[in-house]
Amino acid sequence: MATRQTQLLARSLLAPAVGLLFIWMIVPLALTLYFSTLHYSLLDPGSESFVGLENFRYFLTDPAFLASLQNTLVLVGSVLALTILLGIPLALLMDQPVIGRNIVRLMVIAPFFVMPTVSALVWKNLLMHPVSGLFAWLAKLVGLTPIDWFTDAPLFAVILIVAWQWLPFATLILLTALQSLDEEQKEAAEMDGATAVSTFIYITLPHLARPITVVILIETIFLLTVFAEIFVTTGGGPGLQTTNIAFLIYSQALIQFDVGSASAGGLVAVVIANVVAFFLVRIVGRNLEA
Amino acid sequence: MARKSTTQRVVVSTIGAWFFGFLIFFPILWMVLASFKTELEAFAIPPSFLFFHWTTENYATVQERSDYLLHAMNSIIIAGGSTLIALLIAIPAAWSMAFSPTKRTKDILLWMLSTKMMPPVGVLVPIYLIYKSFGLLDSRIGLVFILCLGNLPIVIWMLFTYFKEIPRDILEAARMDGATIGRELVYVLTPMAIPGLASTMLLNLILAWNEAFWTLNLSTSNAAPLTVFIASYSSPEGLFWAKLSAASTLAIAPIIILGWFSQKQLVRGLTFGAVK
Repeated sequence: MATRQTQLLARSLLAPAVGLLFIWMIVPLALTLYFSTLHYSLLDPGSESFVGLENFRYFLTDPAFLASLQNTLVLVGSVLALTILLGIPLALLMDQPVIGRNIVRLMVIAPFFVMPTVSALVWKNLLMHPVSGLFAWLAKLVGLTPIDWFTDAPLFAVILIVAWQWLPFATLILLTALQSLDEEQKEAAEMDGATAVSTFIYITLPHLARPITVVILIETIFLLTVFAEIFVTTGGGPGLQTTNIAFLIYSQALIQFDVGSASAGGLVAVVIANVVAFFLVRIVGRNLEA
Repeated sequence: MARKSTTQRVVVSTIGAWFFGFLIFFPILWMVLASFKTELEAFAIPPSFLFFHWTTENYATVQERSDYLLHAMNSIIIAGGSTLIALLIAIPAAWSMAFSPTKRTKDILLWMLSTKMMPPVGVLVPIYLIYKSFGLLDSRIGLVFILCLGNLPIVIWMLFTYFKEIPRDILEAARMDGATIGRELVYVLTPMAIPGLASTMLLNLILAWNEAFWTLNLSTSNAAPLTVFIASYSSPEGLFWAKLSAASTLAIAPIIILGWFSQKQLVRGLTFGAVK
């Protein structure tokens, strides 16, 4: 068996995947770059003209950009905080001896398998409706005024929905990591008289540092482009209150048909995502060596 | 589990875990219950939890009024088709990188991962325009293609980590016995790779089934999968909670069942092997 032949075979097996992904990455990105330098409106075809960096200037100085950047950061930050701060205790709880653990685990993971449009609409209507929603009924039971979620706190409502979808992911990863923690180490610490709290701080938490980093990075990549939840609940409104970068680009492209400006926005989104990706790729790469 | 678990501790943690598990699961349960109510009961205040007039008429109406089966079929074709094609492209690639690694294998893998990090919205405009000019908007084939490419990096990565775990010694033994690459693939590798292949397929099916960026932007009616069909309930005139719930329950049921089988692989697939 000639090794050269094997190598050739190996390369030709790899080629289709590499080729397709290369085209998938390069062609649309190059087109985005090209469109971003054009004055190009779908409402006014044939009027395309080169405008240099004009679209970037327009997109970046548009008040909608700053508002949506802020919304994006608030959304990503809040969902990360919620999923991790709730995910850690939840994972710790599920790591305990629990009767019927499999059923509990299924219940906790289930939201992750629900398609985004379903979660968003079920929350918006069945739970958060200001008159007939379950939350309104609960609020009245304890004597509070029901909140009109999508009018008074629209971004917070979206954050709650998205956090509910991603809490299972964080919990599941942290639980998987906890289960690989060496029990003897904890036992030894307990024998030495360590309290539960100090065992948690000095043994469990350091062990969770890497999985938490992974959760943060992966969730960030997906959360930067939350779209369907906003699309079916608020449509970015009221005003710009729930417009994130992804939704802003969508509305410029497919509602206002401003191809040039949407492309410039698209590149801004790519740059933001790449900053995060840079760190994630390094962490995963380090893991590959091990 | 090596530690002593006192009865008291088991009771406390069981109650706690069930309580929070139920709380997290509740929105789904509430939706399933609403799907068996009449529209009036679904909207009623105070809400009835179990003692309402159970009915299955919503499920019948959903099909009658909106051709649910067409959209379910679209979901099956789009999720299934994109998964199959992704596997066909990914299996040889992952096989080659796992068993004939070169100096560049690690770079190629990380590069593939980085294509997954590209936000879809960054290429929405060109993809939309390309699809428009090729008549691929609202076509199943167009969605199969885009979801296949979108998930290809995850598929390759998962397969790679599974193939890596197949002991090399077995391959060498087969080669010593004079097995050709083809026979090696069919008789040695395939049986050992099937569990990994199955979990990769499951996870990818779930991801494709629930994909809601490209499906919402590139399809409207004929090719619309369930994600888009459900989104059509968001318009104010379509506010039928019981029917929305029935359609939603049907849309998520198969995936929750698949998800149950794939929970272990979920962690591995979505963290690109960084957490196992």
